[in-house]
Amino acid sequence: MKSLAVGLLALQFFFVVHAASISDSIETIRSVGAEGKGNAAAAKAWKVLSKADVSILPQILASMKGASPLAANWLRAGVDTIASRSKNLPEKELLSFIADQQQDPRARRLAFELIQKTNPKRADKLIPGLINDPSVELRREAVARVIEEGSRQKDANQNEPAIKSFRKALNAARDIDQIRTATTSLGQLNEKVDLPRHFGFLMHWNVVGPFDNTKRSGFDKIYPPEKTIDFSAEYKGKNGKVEWSEFITSNEYGMVNINKAYPGPGDGLKEVTAYAYTKYKASEAREVELRLGCKNAWKIWHNGQLVFGRDEYHRGIRIDQYQLKLKLNKGQNTLLIKLCQNEQTQPWTKEWQFQLRICDSTGTAIHAANRPTTPTTGTDNSKSTLKPTRRPKQ
Amino acid sequence: MKHFFSLSLCFALQTIAADWTQFRGPQGNGVSTERNLPTKLSEDNLKWSVSLPGRGLSGALVLGDKVILTCSSGPTQTRLHIIALNAEDGSPVWHRQFWATGRTMCHEKTSVAAPTPCSDGKNIYAVFSSNDVVCLDLDGNLQWLRGLTADYANVSNSLGMSSSPVVSGNTLIVQVENDSESYTLGLEKSTGINRWRLDRPKAANWTSPLLLANGLVALQSKEGIDAVRAKDGSKAWGYDDGASTIPSSTMLKGVLYVPSNGVTALELNKDDPSNTPKELWQNGRLQLGTASPIVIGNKVFTINKAGVLTTGDTQSGERGWQLRLKGPFSATPVSTGKHLYFVNERGLLQVVNTEAEEGEIVGTLNLDDQILGSPAVGQGGIYIRSNTKVYKISK
Repeated sequence: MKSLAVGLLALQFFFVVHAASISDSIETIRSVGAEGKGNAAAAKAWKVLSKADVSILPQILASMKGASPLAANWLRAGVDTIASRSKNLPEKELLSFIADQQQDPRARRLAFELIQKTNPKRADKLIPGLINDPSVELRREAVARVIEEGSRQKDANQNEPAIKSFRKALNAARDIDQIRTATTSLGQLNEKVDLPRHFGFLMHWNVVGPFDNTKRSGFDKIYPPEKTIDFSAEYKGKNGKVEWSEFITSNEYGMVNINKAYPGPGDGLKEVTAYAYTKYKASEAREVELRLGCKNAWKIWHNGQLVFGRDEYHRGIRIDQYQLKLKLNKGQNTLLIKLCQNEQTQPWTKEWQFQLRICDSTGTAIHAANRPTTPTTGTDNSKSTLKPTRRPKQ
Repeated sequence: MKHFFSLSLCFALQTIAADWTQFRGPQGNGVSTERNLPTKLSEDNLKWSVSLPGRGLSGALVLGDKVILTCSSGPTQTRLHIIALNAEDGSPVWHRQFWATGRTMCHEKTSVAAPTPCSDGKNIYAVFSSNDVVCLDLDGNLQWLRGLTADYANVSNSLGMSSSPVVSGNTLIVQVENDSESYTLGLEKSTGINRWRLDRPKAANWTSPLLLANGLVALQSKEGIDAVRAKDGSKAWGYDDGASTIPSSTMLKGVLYVPSNGVTALELNKDDPSNTPKELWQNGRLQLGTASPIVIGNKVFTINKAGVLTTGDTQSGERGWQLRLKGPFSATPVSTGKHLYFVNERGLLQVVNTEAEEGEIVGTLNLDDQILGSPAVGQGGIYIRSNTKVYKISK
């Protein structure tokens, strides 16, 4: 009896120490920092973690909440390694973890993939219920199924149910390819989609330019709009005086084509810089993402503070190319963008444009409190290349 | 006992020689010591093919009995994969996944899994276009991670990054050069922390570093070649007559063949490679497309955008025979003795006998797949990865 008690005490001690070493290991891994800081300690901790039993998987998954993206990768490697050793994963606990929407979205997706491997039928049953999940990765298969359903209905000429399915898919979709698929299908069914509103693109701007960007010098040069915004002011531009003008885009992907405001000779102005400015009224103070697509060099200021800039030219553009975290003030916020065009003359270097939207971390649009109706016509001075008198002051 | 050690050393060297440890193989020049490979190809030579969990154009590594590959998946390629397959039958050995921490945008033709990983025989070092650097041991156990875009926010290229890393001594060299924040880093290979960080020309660059000799590494850019010491990043010498930013240099027998003004041959100083090399020749008629040059014996081979294979004399640079292949090519060829293996972008594998008087295509095999990555050689086979699969070709 005495030996049994000693044995139980020893076992209890083992579990307490083991649990502590796992917790310590996780904490050490979560402490990894910039430029490899903490890597050596994390490597030792990871060795301990990776040898743990599969029962520890929910704990590791839970520890991803609030972890840096780098630390999350260390932890996910631990999950992969531990899970690869066994087919008997703690399914019940993993299902509970997936159901807990307060957990880290990617950790929940990882838990789902573990279930997919060990119990594909169970995972399959979960999919329809994930269509509005906060985890974008978890939504994807659910949205795909609704799109498939819509396609089947459309092919069977069941237009009303098809429209309903595609609308449901569109409302849930956050991945661009799925948004495009649903939008195209709705278009084929003569349904209109307000894409700028869906994405949260900013459509109303004021622009001023062109300023000089000879030899790409304008990127670092501070022109007057970076100091103060005064719509009544006139500035010395590259070719003469310039002033602010309103610019509205009606492009379904929110593209603000500066070439339409300042159409130059031939293929457009070169070695120039322009600014675009807008106001955004936030209904509450909150964290958002500014998501920018742009193939010109650019800088962005929020309420006069530089957020980020990048001096790369003509390497491509896509929606959400750059994702910048930002804290909006309640009420009025301002955004200023500097957009630089370089000296290249190849056909693919004509574009001088950007698209900007405000959304949450899942890509769900965050609209301004006073967002106007999506414009159906926009600024287009492009014809003015044929009528020089209509061109801006130079 | 002495014999035992000699034999052990011999065996170890043979094992190392058989491994394909980095972009264009152990010497970084596309040359394999494997000889028992098929040249007159048929469907029978396709031993296995395996579907991959994502896209990619990085080359495979062959480490002992494992084939190592990288891929990326997801609607915006944010999921990074490193997988190990059994070289014998293609069966999975292990599979590790990570989330990209940097930007994943790239041209549709390329992929986030563009750089070929490298290995020092103990660990695998994988780099992705998102500038995530992952170090695993050969069993897939994580050793360390870096997210270079998290450290240096403007290190990226919207067309995609593709430079493959190399290991020299205790340093992993990672070239992350681009139009904005442009660096080459020397990372401590055991921990991933910076040993040094070198400012580099602000220009997009898809070339890979190349190991020279005595711990020297050639860094290629639009400005030319900088030979730097791997241990501290200090510059030993420079060649400043410009160079391509797509095909990389190659080296054989102490001569560096640089994609510069056609091809430029630089002979390293025999006494001390850190001294300025001697320019042997330059020939603008040796035109390169995307694939890097390769050298066999006394011939340097280049393939241009039209798919024309051109030979040049390694001593004089004088142009020799030309042979039209079916292109276009992105993948750099590999050589096994006198034969060169080319695979075009549509998956047509073409074997050229370089000792035939005017060169001769002696074998073809159509894999009918998009192939952009350079093949790997080892374990008696050639491993060719497409955007969706990996193939093993052997006798």
